This record gives sequence, structure tokens and C-alpha cells, in this order.
Amino acid sequence: MTGTAAHPARGPGDRLTGLFWRRPKLLTALLIAPPLLWLGVVYVGSLVALLIQSFYSIDRFSGIVVKEFTLRTYAELLIPSNFDVIVRTVTMAAAVTLASVVVAFPVAFFAARHAKGRWKAVFYLGIMLPLWSSYLVKVYAWKLILAKEGIVTWAAEGIGAGNLLNAVLALPVIGGNSLSTSYIGTFLVFLYVWLPYMILPMQASLERVPTSMLEASADLGAGGWRTFRSVILPLALPGVIAGSIFTFSLTLGDYIIPQIIGSSRFFIGQTVYSLQGTAGNIPLAAAFAVVPIAIMLVYLTVARKMGAFDAL
Amino acid sequence: MKRLLVSTTILAFSAATVASAQMTAVGDGEGQVDIVAWPGYVERGETDAAFDWVTRFEEATGCKVNVKTANTSDEMVALMNEGGFDLVTASGDASLRLVAGKRVQAINTDLIPSWANVDDRLKDASWFTVDGVHYGVPYQWGPNVLMYNTEVFPEAPTSWAVVFEPMDLPDGKPNKGRVQAYDGPIHIADAAQYLMAHKPELGITSPYELNEDQYKAALDLLRQQRELVSRYWHDAFIQMDDFKNEGVVASGSWPFQVNLLKSEGLPISSTIPEEGATGWADTTMMHVDAAHPNCAYKWMEHTLSSNLQSDLSVWFGSNPVTPASCTDGSGAQTAEGCTANGMDDFEKIRFWTTPVANCAQGEGACVPYYRWVSDYIGVIGGR
Repeated sequence: MTGTAAHPARGPGDRLTGLFWRRPKLLTALLIAPPLLWLGVVYVGSLVALLIQSFYSIDRFSGIVVKEFTLRTYAELLIPSNFDVIVRTVTMAAAVTLASVVVAFPVAFFAARHAKGRWKAVFYLGIMLPLWSSYLVKVYAWKLILAKEGIVTWAAEGIGAGNLLNAVLALPVIGGNSLSTSYIGTFLVFLYVWLPYMILPMQASLERVPTSMLEASADLGAGGWRTFRSVILPLALPGVIAGSIFTFSLTLGDYIIPQIIGSSRFFIGQTVYSLQGTAGNIPLAAAFAVVPIAIMLVYLTVARKMGAFDAL
Repeated sequence: MKRLLVSTTILAFSAATVASAQMTAVGDGEGQVDIVAWPGYVERGETDAAFDWVTRFEEATGCKVNVKTANTSDEMVALMNEGGFDLVTASGDASLRLVAGKRVQAINTDLIPSWANVDDRLKDASWFTVDGVHYGVPYQWGPNVLMYNTEVFPEAPTSWAVVFEPMDLPDGKPNKGRVQAYDGPIHIADAAQYLMAHKPELGITSPYELNEDQYKAALDLLRQQRELVSRYWHDAFIQMDDFKNEGVVASGSWPFQVNLLKSEGLPISSTIPEEGATGWADTTMMHVDAAHPNCAYKWMEHTLSSNLQSDLSVWFGSNPVTPASCTDGSGAQTAEGCTANGMDDFEKIRFWTTPVANCAQGEGACVPYYRWVSDYIGVIGGR
């Protein structure tokens, strides 16, 4: 013990500490290497691989992938049956997003500005609770609810609205044999499943609207509607856009809900799934997969300009 | 076709056995065997205590059975390409790919005593026999039946027309919105098979080998079907739910769903209509670099000689590849059960193979599978 008091024996740990102290950049590099590898290789790497695949094409006769760069596969996206899939998916994503804004706003507004104390907790819980149960369980449950012999049809007939329901289902395109085999059903389930992702960011941004501004607006003689339009909505817009990023992109990429509920018409996700595998049409699958990425890039650019990411 | 196969088998036998590296003797087990299988195919009594065809094998041979389940044929091929497995229960759309890719080895049937009990109709089946060499042992097979509601159809429908043509069903109401079809592109083969019987002028000889004209006719029939179908089925349990809650009364299906719905007391039955049906047949195939070849051979023998064939056919709604298993009491299967699963309709069934461009009609004469996929997406989308 005697001589070591002044110069304690240095273990490997001490030496390492010394090294990091002398070369702080080394520590930084070591710390960010794993996330960088994850992002660079696993994430960006696979995206680049996907992008490259989409520039290959498939030989029409042998069905073998030709590894030469061409835009032919992208041109195939424009043939009517494929373009339908894109239009269908984007339309659904847009409809779901708009409807979520409408449904979520009153809920978020009440939770942010009127609910106090315990009620606030109840609201948070109520919104989050559906997220705790399995996505598949919820979708299957909705299939039963919307079925031809399910509770919605039964209730509609019970209150004498059976004819109204039939009239809605008789509508062209969005109608069908029953709610669960029509676009209306797919839409309702998408709306239900993604709604919390709209409410939460919206609520966060509404909470940040200062009460003083609302008072100022009232002092200047603005009515409720005018205050909402000129003060609340512009200030809450970043939250709305943040929420819409979730609902839009989640709908764009989902391939389970349209498979279980709806008229079986393919969405982008399902198309990608069935084009790879035995079909071996990887180029077209990749080209389809690039579509949502491209749409979301545009969407995010616009959203950033409107300040959506300040609310996150 | 079958006769042709048998004759080529005899011709090829002497030459082929020399070329392929078959095992010549089965020694002691290596302690384990690794199998890639469909879910529910290798049961050890853990899902349901009554269905166990592994425990006794392990006790008798000392070979521990490790199962890796795969949900698609592609997954199976990928796992076999990766290696590290001894056996795979390959379906008709995977088996020839595995042979062509040299991922599986030729099987010496002399080392499998129960080979003699295998259904003669399957012994030289084209999906695992190449140039007379067997690349596996049949495992189980089943038809795609026409499932129907017995309250709407007092008598079994005799034709697939009920799901393809607009018509009034026996209860006087139209079939629009009350029939279903499979959402996989292979359903094009069902349409082609229907056309084989109803439009002979098209000259379709195999529903999996279609030239442009035949293919177009099949797609047109499916476009007509689209008008009748509210939702296509993909998942067996969703289809069962649609029969219960969506008013669906007729659809192509598997004996699996039929048996389950019947067991719940629902008015459901199934039939193989006059046009015949498509079906699937699976084969146990052995990896070319199998690490546990002795246990693998012992397992292949076990698949043919134990309660496996009988109990699996009950469990899965499929058919044993050893016909005696229907009646010998080795498991729970009965003659009636086999008949219900389609055992007697073998000749009416055209087994699923992957459509390729180079077919019996010539090089590049047939429409390959990748186009089936993209066109079927179009058909379901209303194009």
C-alpha cells in the first residue's frame, strides 16, 4: 500500500479514460458509430438497394430480372391497373387524414383547454387505451362490427335506418354488399386505428396557444368563430400537420386493414407484398415501394415549411 | 402423362442412380433432425394433446425433432438456400425450384421400407420426380373444394358455375355478393380449369400452362366473377367468418375450413364439382448438405409408417399419402373422413405448380407467374 498511494496502479479502465480525455473525438466517434451504422447501413443502405432494384426490369418472356438500368419499370406504374392502385391508396390516405382532423379537433380542443385535473388524465387514458391493444385484434373486431350480420346493420334496422344504410351502400364505388366489404368500411377502420396519432400532437399544439391571445381576440371584438379561424387554427396548424403526417403515411403504407376489411381491391402495400416472392417481380415491387417514399418526401417538405416539426 | 412418367422412370432409373449421390445405408441417428415445415404440420401434442406424431419418434430413435415453421413457399426456399436444415415439407410451387437449385438430394427409396405403402398415384409425381429420380417422399395432399351452405343448396352444386357465372341460387336469390374467390393469383388456374370444361375450343390442357389466348379468356371470366364477389378471401379464418357473418354461401375453399365450420354445427358442406378441382401436394425433401442424414431418413420412414399420416390428415383436413392410413386405425382418420377430404377424387385434381414461360406448348409459349400476379391485381381492382 505504501508506494501506491501517490501513483495508484493504472488498470485498463484508467488507461481508457486517459485516452478518451486526450482524444475526445475518439469517444464521440465510438459513441455515434452504432447509430450511424444503423442509419447508414441498415436503413439508408436498404433504401438505396431498393431504389437500385426499381431501375431494373423484368424480361417479359422469361420472367427473369434484367439488371440493366431502365425507366421501363416506372413506366409500368402508369398502366391503368397499377395507377389505380396508387390513386386508390393516396385517395384513401387523404380522406382518412381529412376526416381525422375533423374528428380529432374537438376531442383535442376539449382535452387541451377544458379538461382539468382528473378529467385530463381520463382523456389521455381514453385516447391512449386503444393503442395498448393489438392492432390485429382491433381490426378483426371491426370486421365483426361492420359485418352484414353485425351490430351496425342490426342497430340500423332496429332504429328504422336500415333503408338509409342500404342507400349508402348502394352508392357507386364506395358502396358494397355490406359495410365490411366496402371502401366505407376500410375508411372507418383506418380512421379509428390512426385517430390517436392525430389527437395527441394536435392536443400538444393546442395547449401551447396562450390564453392571453384568446382574451385579446375577445377584447378586440372577435366572436368564437372568428377567434377560432384567425387565432386558434393558425397557431395549432403545426400540430395538425404533424398529426396528418402520421395518419397519411400510416394509411399509405398499411397492407393489413385493406386485406381484412373492404372490397379486396389492392393497396400499395399489398401490391408490393404480392409482387415479390414467387412472382419474382422485384423491380416493380421496388418501384411501387418508392411511390409512398416520394409522396412522403414532398409532404414532409411542405410540412416543414409550415412549421410542423416545431410541435414535436 | 402418368404413363409417360412411368416409362421414363424405368428408362432413366439405371442411368440416374449412378449420377446422383444417394445414401446407401441408414446408420445410427445423430441425435437430432431439423425440419422446415408449414405451421401445424409437425405437431408434438402442444397445440392439442390428441395430435402428437413427434414424441414417439424421438423416444424410438433418439433423434430430437426441431421445427422451423415457414408461412410461404418463398420462405421455405430461402431457408433451404440458407442451409442448416435437414428436411423441408415443400409444396408444388417450391419443390422443383429446390431441385433445380440443387438444394435437395436424391432419395434412395430402398432405405425407406414403407415406401411400398405410398399411394401409387403419387410415387412418381412430377413435382418431386425428375428424370426418374425421387427428390423426396410425399407428405400429404389436399384439394381446393367448393364449400357451400346446405340451407341454400339442398343438393351439392355440380359446377363451379355458381362462383363464376351470374345466376340465381336454389333459394331464388341471385349469387351476386354471396360468393367468394381466393385472392391469390393462382385462382386464375381455377378459372382456366372451369374453361377447360366449358370452352373446349380454347384447347386448354393444363390450367397452369396457358398461352396468351387461353390466359385472356381466363382473365375475362375472372372479371365477370369480380362483379359477383364482394370480398376475396385470403385467410382461412376470415373466410369462415364471412360464411358466418357476411351471408357468403359458396366459395372455393379448403377441407380445413369445411371441417371446422361443420364441427361448429353450421350448415356447411363441400364438394368437388364436375369440372374437377385444383389442389396441393407436399413433399418431404432432404437438404443436399443435411447434417443429420440418418435421422432424416428415419423421419421420412416415420412419416409413412406411424400415426402421422392418419392424425395429420384429421388435423389439417388433408389426405394421407399412404392410403391404408385411412382405415388401419393408426390414428383417428376414418374412411369417411378421407372421402370428405377428397381421397377418392384424386383423378379430378390438378395439382398446383408454378406457371412458367417455357411449357409443354413450347419455349416462351405460356404466360409466366409474375404476369399472373400483376394481372390478377388488375382484375380485383376492376380492370
